[in-house]
Amino acid sequence: MEVIDTSKVEKVLEKYKDTRGALIPILQAAQVGYGYLPEPIIDFIAERLKISTNEIIGVATFYAQFHLKPRGQHIIKVCCGTACHVKNAKSLSVKVHEKLKINVNETSKDKLFTFEEVSCLGACGIAPVVVIDEDVHGELSPDKLGGILDKYKKPAV
Amino acid sequence: MDTKSIHSEKNKKNENTENKAQPVIAVCLGTGGIAAGGDKVFKKFEDEIKRLSMDAAIGKRVCKTAKTGCRGLCARDVLVDVSIPGTKPLTYEKVTVDMVPQIIEEHIVKNTPVEKWLAKEDYHKFYDSQQRHVLANSGIIDPENIDEYIARGGYVALKKVLETMTQQDVIQEIKKSGLRGRGGGGFPTGEKWASGARYSADEKFIVCNADEGDPGAFMDRSLMEGDPHAVMEGMIIGGYAIAATSGYIYVRAEYPLAVKRLHWAIKQAKEHGFMGKNILNSNYSLDIHIKEGAGAFVCGESTALQYSIEGKRGMPRTRPPQSVEAGLWDKPTVLNNVETFANVPIVINRGADWYSKIGTEKSKGTKIFSLTGRIKNPGLIEVPMGATIRQIVFDMGGGIPRKKKFKAVQIGGPSGGCLPESLLDSPIDYESLLGLGAMMGSGSFVVVDETTCMVDMARFFMNFCAGESCGKCPPCRIGTTLMLDILTRITQGLGEESDLELLEQMSDEIKTMSLCGLGQSAPNPVKSTLRYFKDEYIAHIRDKTCPTATCVALHRYEVVSEKCTKCQACIRNCPVKAISGSTKEVAFINKEKCIKCNLCYEKCNFMAIK
Repeated sequence: MEVIDTSKVEKVLEKYKDTRGALIPILQAAQVGYGYLPEPIIDFIAERLKISTNEIIGVATFYAQFHLKPRGQHIIKVCCGTACHVKNAKSLSVKVHEKLKINVNETSKDKLFTFEEVSCLGACGIAPVVVIDEDVHGELSPDKLGGILDKYKKPAV
Repeated sequence: MDTKSIHSEKNKKNENTENKAQPVIAVCLGTGGIAAGGDKVFKKFEDEIKRLSMDAAIGKRVCKTAKTGCRGLCARDVLVDVSIPGTKPLTYEKVTVDMVPQIIEEHIVKNTPVEKWLAKEDYHKFYDSQQRHVLANSGIIDPENIDEYIARGGYVALKKVLETMTQQDVIQEIKKSGLRGRGGGGFPTGEKWASGARYSADEKFIVCNADEGDPGAFMDRSLMEGDPHAVMEGMIIGGYAIAATSGYIYVRAEYPLAVKRLHWAIKQAKEHGFMGKNILNSNYSLDIHIKEGAGAFVCGESTALQYSIEGKRGMPRTRPPQSVEAGLWDKPTVLNNVETFANVPIVINRGADWYSKIGTEKSKGTKIFSLTGRIKNPGLIEVPMGATIRQIVFDMGGGIPRKKKFKAVQIGGPSGGCLPESLLDSPIDYESLLGLGAMMGSGSFVVVDETTCMVDMARFFMNFCAGESCGKCPPCRIGTTLMLDILTRITQGLGEESDLELLEQMSDEIKTMSLCGLGQSAPNPVKSTLRYFKDEYIAHIRDKTCPTATCVALHRYEVVSEKCTKCQACIRNCPVKAISGSTKEVAFINKEKCIKCNLCYEKCNFMAIK
């Protein structure tokens, strides 16, 4: 098995050691540290919290936020809430697929992009919305989105 | 800190904000504002002011920039208020960084507003037809500064409660006000608190449900971002009424800004003695913790939410026992929605008698709706219960853009229903909506025009519910998936006449047999569209056409010559040059070249392509 540095998750476990029901915040913090939830880390958390790996996998697969596979450098989230749906968010998903040649929940070969369709982001006033990393882009058309994606395509120096 | 010092501080603050010499520039920094570049505009104002203050001629005038939360009218962002002492505050809409120097130069330095950029008349109409009580502070105060909340009467209700009212007094007052849960069900808040107070245990919890999962709803997010202390104050009052020992706010992970502002608000409230041990020197102590959700719609259901706080899979359980008896960690728990808590300080401050005069006989107070979809002024609105759909869509929303025709409004998200034009004059309150086959839900209000296919809309919601079903009970897990299959088939032109009856039957079965509210209400969008838009289903099944040409599999890509205005928008946008025509000749689509990309349909303003 690959060796993974557990120091990041050690700190997290220390922080939450007296908190009740801390599994979800622990997984969230671990995911921030590693970008996803690697298997050895899940085993490690299970051992420390004295619960079964099964239970953690159960929780991690229940919630949309957790990822068991590595993800790309940029995360593209196309909002699929009602307001965005009515304003043709589907055409934005089609655009992402055309431009980056990846399907929903896939990561591009160069590990630059991960493409996700997510439930309502609550920015309905500016629908349709796409969030790339932390930046909210509103009132989009497929053409506008294409231009925005081009900017991210340049590899970060 | 004792109460006296809070008040002296409050007065000090009042003097501060009323400092006559100080023009204030307030920039909207809600999620909508930031997405439109609000933080850049804010920074530009700060930079410009710094730069100009070096200039002796302008330096005399100290100018203050302020951040505010969501204004509600996100389509006009970035919104900027400029108030020059002694004159009426004016609002600029759609402000960009480039406009900043001119606004400062002309409005602030020379005191002549830049007329051409000021908000137009319909901006004022949007606000004037509302009754903003719960939203009174949103977009006015800086949500990251507790002093501004205090200056506008914040935490006065908490003080009144702790100093002059018993637990029972509080419960009675809330009961009398007629306040009902704003999260969807509409359960009377006072009743809930009364049953919560009845159980005694070593630990009791007050929980705020901020897992606003309904697609199309963002009023809770805006409240938490724009006025976090109001939610907190309501929660502390609720905690006192039921004798809670600690509190939790369960927020969706998708709302990072709200989480940040709540953390900030908790820290400030503690510093001011409004939270923590012996609140305002009383015997009551309460700490509030924030728990971030991890992305599961079903966690808006109260028992699922409690399991999620405990760190488990958020799957609902059977009731009884009710949460008030055995909820979080099997202790008595009272759970209310964000908007419900934000109503509480208003009830306490202004009294149940005043509050119960707003609204209808059974639905009291105001309700916030997030008005979105095909509407001119999408945004956040607050209206008295009993307002009609027409008032909301046409008076505040400004009607449908691009000369399209109103078709329906979807109220209540995946648990709600679609109401047609004939019901425009129906009042909006809990009972009326239920009677019409919709539901208050959390208050999403999505307007659709004649280009939206109602079968596809039903399919959209069923897809959502099937995806979000937790899988615990088979009627919901299997039923929603089977219904989705049928709806998908219909939108692909493969529907059969017997499908309609089957959909009706399955709707009733899922409704009666599902364990929790998600399953029980999942068929509502299908039932309401079958009730009001059956002809669209029949067109898909019998004629194999989609009347709105939304369902791509059924598109024929033909030009309706009577509707074509020869504007050539379709010709310009066709990527494969499959459309011919001119200013004298209606457009014609060459089917051999057409790749069915749907762009011509989207670009046509006259519904001339089917």
